Amino acid sequence: MSKKDLGLLILILVVGAIVAIINPRFLLPINLANTSNLIGLFGILSIGQAFVIITGGIELSVGSVVALLGTLFIDFIAVREMEWPLAFVLILVLGAIIGLVHGWLITRLKLQPFVVTLCGLLIYRGVARFYTADGTAGFAFGQNFPDLEFLTAGRSYGVPNSFIALIVIAIVMWVVLHRSVFGRYLYAIGKNEEAAKYSGIRTGRVVMAAYVICGVLTALSAIYFAMYTRSISPASHGQFYELYAIAAAVLGGFSLRGGEGSLIGVILGTVLLQELQNLVNLLGIPSSLNFAVMGGVILIGVLVDQQWGVFRARRLMVDATRKSAAGAAAE
Amino acid sequence: MNYSDTSIVASTVAPFLSLENVRKTYPGVVALDGFSMEVRPGEVIGLVGENGAGKSTLMKILGGVTTPDTGTITVDGTAHKGLTVEGSLGSGIAFVHQELNLFDNLDVAANIFFGREPLRAGPLKLVDRAKLRTMVAPLLKRVGANFSADTPVATLSLAQQQMVEIAKALSIEARLVILDEPTSSLPLAETDKLLDVIKALKADGISVIFISHRLHEVERVADRVVVLRDGMLAGTLGKHDIGHDQMVKLMIGRMLKEREKASEAARAPGATALSAKAIRTPAYPARPVDLDVRRGEILGLAGLVGSGRTELARVFFGIDSSLGGALELDGKPLALGSAADAVAHGIFLVPEDRKLTGILLDLSIAQNISLPNLPAHARRSLVSTSAETATAEKQKKDLGIKAPSVQTRTGTLSGGNQQKVVLGKWLAMNPKVMILDEPTRGIDIGAKAEIYGLMRALADAGVAVLMISSDMEEVIGVSDRIAVMHEGQISGILDKDRFSQENVLLLAVGKLPK
Repeated sequence: MSKKDLGLLILILVVGAIVAIINPRFLLPINLANTSNLIGLFGILSIGQAFVIITGGIELSVGSVVALLGTLFIDFIAVREMEWPLAFVLILVLGAIIGLVHGWLITRLKLQPFVVTLCGLLIYRGVARFYTADGTAGFAFGQNFPDLEFLTAGRSYGVPNSFIALIVIAIVMWVVLHRSVFGRYLYAIGKNEEAAKYSGIRTGRVVMAAYVICGVLTALSAIYFAMYTRSISPASHGQFYELYAIAAAVLGGFSLRGGEGSLIGVILGTVLLQELQNLVNLLGIPSSLNFAVMGGVILIGVLVDQQWGVFRARRLMVDATRKSAAGAAAE
Repeated sequence: MNYSDTSIVASTVAPFLSLENVRKTYPGVVALDGFSMEVRPGEVIGLVGENGAGKSTLMKILGGVTTPDTGTITVDGTAHKGLTVEGSLGSGIAFVHQELNLFDNLDVAANIFFGREPLRAGPLKLVDRAKLRTMVAPLLKRVGANFSADTPVATLSLAQQQMVEIAKALSIEARLVILDEPTSSLPLAETDKLLDVIKALKADGISVIFISHRLHEVERVADRVVVLRDGMLAGTLGKHDIGHDQMVKLMIGRMLKEREKASEAARAPGATALSAKAIRTPAYPARPVDLDVRRGEILGLAGLVGSGRTELARVFFGIDSSLGGALELDGKPLALGSAADAVAHGIFLVPEDRKLTGILLDLSIAQNISLPNLPAHARRSLVSTSAETATAEKQKKDLGIKAPSVQTRTGTLSGGNQQKVVLGKWLAMNPKVMILDEPTRGIDIGAKAEIYGLMRALADAGVAVLMISSDMEEVIGVSDRIAVMHEGQISGILDKDRFSQENVLLLAVGKLPK
């Protein structure tokens, strides 16, 4: 765990302690379970985003994808009566295809990630609304999927299964990002894509794979979100979720220029964001201020981190000059 | 023969600019030494010299970007120890750089008066476009422009863009215009236009310093030619002495140091490893290149900056795709879709720009060295740091990379050690063809010698080595054969018995060797 991650963890614990002192309900099992469920849902989404951001890209369409694929998933199992495991796999494949198309447009046709995924944001939202004729996708009365519901919205020993899913995914993705050949390529490309290319890395393929990973994880979280809300109005479902994901990554120490950030960081970023949401609720802050609180904390966090970096660089320089001055005096 | 200019004595006009005994050193290099020159009003000076002769340092001093260690600069009768950027501009010295500094999304008028636009009265301070146009029109007329003030710069040809730059210089009432390699990227017809503009400036009493590698153009416009060599004034040629051969002789200098290592037994040439057949690079799409690099040889690729050498290397390494022709490796057709393909075939490139493309400054030595061959340093796709460290340790030892450990960030290393890391990552992988683009640029002498030794060891091991270099002594001292490029084409290939700086330089400017 890096110093940055440790700092974030301490911040989470301090904020948690303060909230718990002011309002002890924060520590009630029901509150912790709810919050960790949300952490699970947004965490899966944010890990996908992190893989794209590490390459220096951005994926703005995830909120709309959550709406579109969630709508489709409910439609598949509730209306078209598809077997849920089949629908599950189908949705993941659709997510992969969306990621592949984005990656292809960005690496082969050299379009800017911001532009491609902004168009995706508009397109998928529009398609989702059209698909339901601006209605609501939901289950009919009495429709039940016990296995699916247990896996997505259920709990084991009081712990939400969505949170457990996040832990499992986080461990796997941690290995991929921090230990695998592919992960090393991602960092190399994020740091300096040209130099990576000159080292014989097929940078296009690697970047495309990052978007596919993001697409699949977004699809997975779309299913979790759908089973959590159980009814989806595509006009608003998943709105701004891309910003939650990006915010979690930035809070977790990712640089939007790419090449920087850790998996633990993005998880901690998600935890902090959800803790802040919870804080707004529990401390009786008007919920309309929700976004303002989040924005303020992110801004302060980034500012502190950046100023800390400047301070350290300056101290290093002062040290170096002092050393060289001492060396010169000794001569 | 005496090349000094007798008209200096005869002239009674005070010089606009004179430099006396100017010396400028950088750590480890004397860039300019005891350099003196004069520029009189309305005089066109040709400034020539090889890459690294000190021309850019001289320009930096005149532009006020850097100050000389010793010496005096007298501008318009006032002596200075050194100029500032504002001082240089204020006294009427204007630059037109090789890389044009125009905003191509703006029109001609906006570019010429950028930041100095005439403003309309009123609180909004809007640009007075009508007045702007009337101010620009006479300037464009003076440079003989055939385009109007509201033409977007992006639609202009290179020569026209240079006219805009010159008009910009005139707009600040320049008295000395310095043109740095203005014709290096111009086609012939456009060059004529530019030379006409120079003559028009001269007629207006404006002085011009014309820096160019194209000696016949210098011949055509210069009143006097100043030749720089190794940071020193190699000679001055008066109007009647200006000639191609005289310039070349002064540029190379003294006795021609021929074939320092000629005594070495001529190597038996190996089989052709990499062969280019009518390859056309994106930089010179109309100029096919044929070139064979043989196993066991160091082929030097000489030529002036911009002659298309780097572009050729990029095609050989699969970064750019050729617009035509074919590549062969060991006699078999070779299709390269990316650098990854080249690497898979054992064709490696040590690129010109180390920090941008050679290494990743934020990664450690070990991570840089393993990067092109990472799957070989992994078990079940997971990177094995111990395998990575072992490979890096070996290269660190073999190449003598000076660093606390292989986990050191490469960004903290010196230039020479960074270059060794770039070499190390390829040496760890059994190269077949090794391309090195300016491998010793910005590297101290000691590390240079080590890199030469490495290249020779590679060649001795049967690797085909292609070395691009603008350093004449390096090309002649290290190569087994020298191919010279001129404007996108191979203008000639010299075998060891015909190595001389003169021959290389003649080929580089597109003439036949002796």
